[in-house]
Amino acid sequence: MAQFVFEADLHGLLKLDTPIPNAPPARWQRKAKESGAPGPSPAAGLSPMKPVNRSHSFSKTPSRTPGKSGSKIQSTPTKAGGDRYIPNRSTMQMEMANFLLTKENDPAEESPTKKEQQKAWAVNLNGFDIEEAKILRLTGKPQNAPEGYQNNLKVLYSQKVTPGSSRKNGRYIPSMPDRILDAPEIRNDYYLNLIDWSSQNFLAVALDNSVYLWNHASGEIIQLLQMEHPDDYVSSVSWIKEGNYLAVGTSNAEVQLWDIQHQKRLRNMTSHSSRVGSLSWNSYILSSGARTGHIHHHDVRVAEHHVATLAGHTQEVCGLKWSLDGRYLASGGNDNLVNIWPCTQGDSGHFAPLQTFTQHQGAVKAVAWCPWQSNVLATGGGTSDRHIRIWNVCSGTCLSIVDAHSQVCSILWSTNYKEFISGHGFAQNQLVIWKYPTMAKVTELRGHTARVLNLTMSPDGATVASAAADETLRLWRCFELDPIKKKEKEKANSAKSSIIHQGIR
Amino acid sequence: MAKQLGRDQQGITLRGSADIVAEFFSYGINSILYQRGIYPPETFTRVQKYGLTLLVTTDSELKNYLNNVVEQMKEWMYKCIVQRLVVVISSIENNEVLERWQFDIECDKTAKDESAPREKSQKAIQDEIRSVIRQITATVTFLPLLETACAFDLLIYTDKDLAVPEKWEESGPQFIANSEEVRLRSFTTTIHKVNSMVAYK
Repeated sequence: MAQFVFEADLHGLLKLDTPIPNAPPARWQRKAKESGAPGPSPAAGLSPMKPVNRSHSFSKTPSRTPGKSGSKIQSTPTKAGGDRYIPNRSTMQMEMANFLLTKENDPAEESPTKKEQQKAWAVNLNGFDIEEAKILRLTGKPQNAPEGYQNNLKVLYSQKVTPGSSRKNGRYIPSMPDRILDAPEIRNDYYLNLIDWSSQNFLAVALDNSVYLWNHASGEIIQLLQMEHPDDYVSSVSWIKEGNYLAVGTSNAEVQLWDIQHQKRLRNMTSHSSRVGSLSWNSYILSSGARTGHIHHHDVRVAEHHVATLAGHTQEVCGLKWSLDGRYLASGGNDNLVNIWPCTQGDSGHFAPLQTFTQHQGAVKAVAWCPWQSNVLATGGGTSDRHIRIWNVCSGTCLSIVDAHSQVCSILWSTNYKEFISGHGFAQNQLVIWKYPTMAKVTELRGHTARVLNLTMSPDGATVASAAADETLRLWRCFELDPIKKKEKEKANSAKSSIIHQGIR
Repeated sequence: MAKQLGRDQQGITLRGSADIVAEFFSYGINSILYQRGIYPPETFTRVQKYGLTLLVTTDSELKNYLNNVVEQMKEWMYKCIVQRLVVVISSIENNEVLERWQFDIECDKTAKDESAPREKSQKAIQDEIRSVIRQITATVTFLPLLETACAFDLLIYTDKDLAVPEKWEESGPQFIANSEEVRLRSFTTTIHKVNSMVAYK
């Protein structure tokens, strides 16, 4: 039988499927060693036919390559990813790797003209010869914010309608508007001030190139004016305190004064060089703010109407309001500044702002003076800012700040309830009523389907009208006084006047 | 007695110009990080600069990183070998570049340390810088929302033969394919001119 042994030996030598003696250990063997199981010694050449000595069950399948039988039942390594190479994408620099790998592929020899062409292209695209530039970055992976931080803006813009608070807010505010009026062709421009409500209960609305008056009491509509040139439009409207004259600012830089009773234009005052987006009255002085950033004071009684120029803004003046006592003028512009101007010139002969507030990060169109606290001003910022700030204009301090989460277009104070209302844009196009000074949200009025552009208040202070880009005007009865309280107020008012009458004998 | 020049009237030297531009980059990058929401807004505080209220980060690690880059920029600008600063905003998950802020720097190479200071008032430069920063703030109105969590990176384009300092490495340009581009305002100190633009998907 010796010849069979010899033959078996020969076959064994020729088969080449026995483990190579003194070879480096196979990868799986290395891993097995790591995980603690005893692996086959690499120099096990003496006993190639012996099955691998393992601590766990053997493979029962007959295998032609006994050295490799163990690999099928190898335990998974304890270290996660220790066997499989799972790349960590965020720490890899694919761009650089690709760049380094492929830059060698470019053919070295090129015709000179082609090279010139490439160079020209490179200069064109990059602004300079990129061959001459090196791009460097600080080592380490790019900086990023701590885990779990969700981009704030995404949260802001995907805000869903929050359910109403369970706490009763103390009075009933109807969530639906009292009336909805059609406002076709209203210009969807954040920087204009297109509605105003007079003390005689007329609501003036500027629709592109015409101005309409709506009588709240009777519901009658009158078209007051239409611009001569079709390309011009009305950019602002403002009633005088008495309610018999209406100031109209236009896109061709005119400030017109109209008599309502006779429906005639009294004056056409030109002094600006660009559209007049904001107007405000202080008895006989009309202030107008223009796209250039200049504010002009007009004395409407005299022929030389342009009596003063205030230069404090470098971009369009969109918010302009005189304080109720006529001492200060607050102006807000597209340059994110709020300026407080005195009513009289300084020693130098021209006007300089008493205060300048730079804290807003967006255009300031919402400007409103508090009626019951002197020197208190509320301002609201545009899309980039979204905050409402309350200021004391004498000391220049910001008394309160609240994040409204949306572009603020207008703010109105209400004496009836010591609250203020603000109009907003994307995403909910709502009006929010805030309690002052706690800055708590009283309620939100929804309904507009596009951003709110302007707010104005009725002479009795009970109704707020909002004009929006959805071409509607909604009248909200949100500050209505209790009938009992109303009677008390009227009594107090009448009692006061009778005392005066008694005094004058 | 020679009249002392007020601070506003002192001319612009090469060093002064590099300082001004580096300072602008520091505040500009902070504004971009705040406005684009890369870092939580609570980690920013308000400071007064250029007659504006600007937001800067209080995160110490980030401050360190920015300081390193800005200091290095200052040195290179003084030697007039830096051409561009790029802020790359990319998504963390797939490293896709979403936004790219590019600030090109044109340096007047004839200005040397010894040459006389140039005439330009600090106020004029401040006004120009103010406009650019305000524009950066206003870009939030048209830039698309950054849906995913993002990381930012700063790339500097320098002259080819510059020795790469320690801690810095070479990188690719990280362009955005098919991007929309918006050019912003530029400002100049008469020695350095900075053009800004933003590219987004």
